Amino acid sequence: MPKDPSSIKVVVATDCGSTTTKAILIECVDGVYRQTHRAEAPTTVEAPFADVTLGVTNAVTELQELSGRRLVNDDGTILRRTSDDAADGCDAYISTSSAGGGLQMMVAGVVKEMTAESAKRAALGAGAIVMDTIASNDRRRPHEQVQRIRELRPDMVLISGGTDGGDTKKVTELAELIAPAKPRPRFGGEYSLPIIFAGNRDARPAIERTFAAGGFDLKVVDNLRPTLERENLGPARETIHDVFLEHVMAHAPGYDRLIAWADAPIMPTPGAVGDILQAIAKGRGINVVGVDIGGATTDVFSVFDGSFNRTVSANLGMSYSISNVCAEAGMDSVLRWVHLDMDERELRNRVKNKMIRPTTIPQTHEALVFEQAVSREALRLAYVQHKAFATELKGVQQQRTVGDAFSQQEGGRSLVSGMKLDLLVASGGVLSHAPRMEQTASMLIDAFEPEGFTELAKDSIFMMPHLGVLATVHERAAMEVFERDCLVMLGTCIAPAGTAVAGKPVMRWSARWEGGSAEGTLMGQEMKLLRIGERAHIEVTPERGFDVGAGPGVVVKREVRGGSVGLILDGRGRPLTVPAGTEGRRLVASWAKALELHPD
Amino acid sequence: MAKAYTPGLTVSARVRYRARRLLPLTGRITVQVGDRVAATDVVAQTDLEGDITPMKMSNLLSCAPRDVPGLLLKPVGAAIAKDEPIAQSKGIFGMMKVTVKSTATGTIESASDSTGMVMIRGAAQPVQVRAFTSGRVVEVLGSEGAVIENDVALVQGIFGIGGEAYGPIAVACTRPDERLEAASIRSEHAGSILVGGARMTIDAIRRAIELGVAAIVSGGIDDADLKALLGHDLGVAITGSEKVGITLVVTEGFGDIAMAARTHGLLASHAGHAASVNGATQIRAGVMRPEIVIPLADEAAGDAHAGGGATAGELSIGTPVRVIRDPWFGALGTVAALPEQPAVLGSGSKARVLEVALADGQRVTVPRANVELIAE
Repeated sequence: MPKDPSSIKVVVATDCGSTTTKAILIECVDGVYRQTHRAEAPTTVEAPFADVTLGVTNAVTELQELSGRRLVNDDGTILRRTSDDAADGCDAYISTSSAGGGLQMMVAGVVKEMTAESAKRAALGAGAIVMDTIASNDRRRPHEQVQRIRELRPDMVLISGGTDGGDTKKVTELAELIAPAKPRPRFGGEYSLPIIFAGNRDARPAIERTFAAGGFDLKVVDNLRPTLERENLGPARETIHDVFLEHVMAHAPGYDRLIAWADAPIMPTPGAVGDILQAIAKGRGINVVGVDIGGATTDVFSVFDGSFNRTVSANLGMSYSISNVCAEAGMDSVLRWVHLDMDERELRNRVKNKMIRPTTIPQTHEALVFEQAVSREALRLAYVQHKAFATELKGVQQQRTVGDAFSQQEGGRSLVSGMKLDLLVASGGVLSHAPRMEQTASMLIDAFEPEGFTELAKDSIFMMPHLGVLATVHERAAMEVFERDCLVMLGTCIAPAGTAVAGKPVMRWSARWEGGSAEGTLMGQEMKLLRIGERAHIEVTPERGFDVGAGPGVVVKREVRGGSVGLILDGRGRPLTVPAGTEGRRLVASWAKALELHPD
Repeated sequence: MAKAYTPGLTVSARVRYRARRLLPLTGRITVQVGDRVAATDVVAQTDLEGDITPMKMSNLLSCAPRDVPGLLLKPVGAAIAKDEPIAQSKGIFGMMKVTVKSTATGTIESASDSTGMVMIRGAAQPVQVRAFTSGRVVEVLGSEGAVIENDVALVQGIFGIGGEAYGPIAVACTRPDERLEAASIRSEHAGSILVGGARMTIDAIRRAIELGVAAIVSGGIDDADLKALLGHDLGVAITGSEKVGITLVVTEGFGDIAMAARTHGLLASHAGHAASVNGATQIRAGVMRPEIVIPLADEAAGDAHAGGGATAGELSIGTPVRVIRDPWFGALGTVAALPEQPAVLGSGSKARVLEVALADGQRVTVPRANVELIAE
């Protein structure tokens, strides 16, 4: 099945989402790979169609109409090129999928903060939604854990626990809770529930005995936490992908045909996004955060110093979950981002109406301002959850000196650092379809609070899943399309870290760009936008107590990238606080004006 | 490009309705194809395996896990009652024996010699599935359930809470734009499916619960009232399991909004007739809307079309629609124009739009995503 990359010049890629199947055409134009056309059609996994390939054929047929290149055979399958100079067909067809709710898993580990957390990381990294994490110390009594396991209907279960050569009893106990609870799989009675065991190798015989009774399909892989100091998530992740293809996909309507059509294994959509972000971080040697905010969930991906993490905030989204965002954040937190007069009772009803009719879009300026305020809180909460999850390994013994005794640095520090972040990539309806790019940049800055220098970009048409799977068959093509067509550069944010006071200077700056230059002093609580074109040279001198990356008060000179928005100077300090009441509303209005969010 | 449209909710005076009634796992089907059933008749039943109660026996007996199976007083598979001795330690020279009593009633399912854990399986829990609507059994789905068919009047709501409820239709509000207040609910409404008009107030809901009304169907509800009733803010629209003493169905949405006149007229025309209601709503992964099903006395031949799900259609000039987002939320009208080119909205976004001639004579432009077909 693997093709010689040099023979691949035309690629059709689809992403079968829960509601829409998105197809793109990638062609090698003058020696460079470009995304040339895109099309979409409703996904056809659910009744009455119950065959995912119908939606794929429809989307690729539209691609065919737009491109003028014949891509679909008469029987609906994807047409392949017969020779290098053939005008019709493609050289490779690839796909990702999150239809039917994606991959849903339950994970279990002995200690919540250690093996259970590593297991969760493996499942999330593979693109799964983790329905629950069972651990010996999760504060639930055994019968409550059993009850919970019985309620869930996962696609598969991942069990970890114990370091190799360590205690076997605890992890066997976990298995003994799961086996008699007999979790019922989502896909009906004939399906043997896959159990992946990635724990202490000495416990394997006991685990095999425990799941010997019918109804389970046990797969044993290398321990994902062989020692406390080391995670080994690769084997578990690969097995999750295999089981996803063999079991979950095979039971979803039409996927047997889709798997046969594709030239590379079908990947869960978020898994593919994670792969492309890791490739970019590695290729450019940078730290990246990516976010995809959807109607129901928000995915956050990060790569810091080569460590990849992904979290799914299951009930933070802009339509199905909008009500939950308001409930979790509190309406006051949402309304602090609104500079217009709004009636809270009326807003509460509007939120619920959006929840029950999730496909509607804001028609008025007021509705847009409110929806973008909700998105700031959804993103902020998702990022808080991500930072708490993306940590150094917990449970690792640390060598301390006498000096450390006073620093009180605890283990399991978050790997995510606002100051070390180089690139923040946005995707998802509310960010991608904002009427003005300035609004997208503003939502990102308010929610993620980047510090120092951070580039902001958006995924133009949510192409990252396609490129993640493309990277598995043709890495260069994936990189070229990512840089040229996938990312839309918004600009760069410079935000000094420190406590800002309104009216007091935060930093002095001077910038030069093609056709212009400017300089000034940024004051506390001030925002400033410079339209710099593609690039600018800037010198920043932070005031005492403020840091832009080189240390408090230390000057930084560097080149920055502009984009469709430009260079944003953020003098609000970190952490960001918005005063309550009229003062807060006045400030938010001044920031909106400075960033030209609503020019009319 | 295909025409954009939004599926509407079914409000139909006569539709061939098929209720697919499924057990959560395989079991026994108590009806046969061709049987006539009443709405509350049981059509399938099964036993859910009982709850598992784990006991850390090696800790309780202070012994090694491998000794646990040999210290049980009853064999694996035997019945055991709560507080009945289940295991006993050997003691020291036969003295100072520790006896452990079972913490649950059931059967001893397993005793692990590697962890020392003993599992007690509780009694099986019977699960019954009712027909939901009266009618004829047209299909038996192996050992999983049955399909009941009948000609019914069907109203799908937009949102509901609470599970299945049964009772005769009673009308509390004579006009669709009349707010459902506590004063409109009387003792004779006990056990009924009560038809309101516009928004149902929290006082009305509390009065209905007090009197034992089975369900309320009305145009709207205030989110603050829903929160007060549930005791928490509803985050995600997956409902049906609430235990508030009543089933509620909202036909239009949240806020002060009148029930569509046609919906109100249809429900009112069936006053006194038996009906079934389900408040369960799920707006993700397989949309489920709440339903009011009123079986028709005269089973018609052939003129009813199949129903039971949201009906989809295409927008064209003259199609009746409802605006489902502010600033004209809830307004009814007909499609007056379908411009091909996207238009810039007040929000600054570009979207495909349509023009709607509202019932009050106004002609407004709204995004196509913000209208709903009013389907028959």
